[in-house]
Amino acid sequence: MNWITEPWPWWISGILIGLTVPLLYILAGKAFGISTSLQQAGAMCAPNSKLEYLSTFDRKANLWTIVFAVGIAVGAFIATRFLSSEPAPLLPESFDSASGGIKLLVGGFLIGFGTRYAGGCTSGHSITGISNLNWPSLVATIFFFVGGLAVTWGLGQLIFPA
Amino acid sequence: MSEEAKAADQNSSGMSPLNYLFVLLIGAYLGILFIKSEVARWERVHDMFLFREAHMYLIISVAIVVAMISMLIIKRFKVKSIDGKPITYKPKPYHTGVIIGGMLFGAGWAITGACPGPIYAQIGSGEWMALFTLAGALLGMFSYAALKPKLPH
Repeated sequence: MNWITEPWPWWISGILIGLTVPLLYILAGKAFGISTSLQQAGAMCAPNSKLEYLSTFDRKANLWTIVFAVGIAVGAFIATRFLSSEPAPLLPESFDSASGGIKLLVGGFLIGFGTRYAGGCTSGHSITGISNLNWPSLVATIFFFVGGLAVTWGLGQLIFPA
Repeated sequence: MSEEAKAADQNSSGMSPLNYLFVLLIGAYLGILFIKSEVARWERVHDMFLFREAHMYLIISVAIVVAMISMLIIKRFKVKSIDGKPITYKPKPYHTGVIIGGMLFGAGWAITGACPGPIYAQIGSGEWMALFTLAGALLGMFSYAALKPKLPH
């Protein structure tokens, strides 16, 4: 049973993550995607917003995205507490500082702005979109990597911990 | 709320309490996977963008293939959801934001080591600095909401 507490190999992880798509479709009738939860959170926090993006958003039909996000946090808690002998740190130690907090805030901003502008993230575009042969999702995924590679190789010295 | 109002309420979201329970459970399943596969780990994302290891690329590729085969089966056999509703994929449209927004998200992914799902996983596992990532993501979402009418789509 030791394998449970070790990090899981890529092929088991890949297969099980891929199965999220049919599971969500069959058990809840929903397409797998996570970044919509941000819009749902915004629409719930500002129900009287004048911004059309939030005011015309169907809060009831998308409530499940928040339930899904809570589920992810609960699952991560279970995995860290009960399924890992020595949980690996998820962020480098250098992020545990004021400058780290600022980096995460800026990076988070790009995630929130970017995924909403692109209409999806790794789950909605890269996994669900591509697996449904939706070509704009392939374009989105290519540009996810263009942005990530540009930052990693170009601005790396400024942003990344040594 | 009367029983009828409740029923109407439920109808408008199209989801039963059982559906919500399943969503919660599938979320937990995915949260466990994000931690056990280490895709919610900054080093893994960094090593992916540095082409230092294939781990993330392999996971994403396998996930896409498994999802694609699942969709072929669902479409071929017209599989329905447990509520008896047909399963249909609503295509995400192409517009300029797919490119610009896509690049910005990729940059954020590289900086924080998280995409939207892993943000929740990092917080759930007790990585409290990820609250900054979530706060940033919400600010980014609000900024997009404010700027949307002015952005090319």
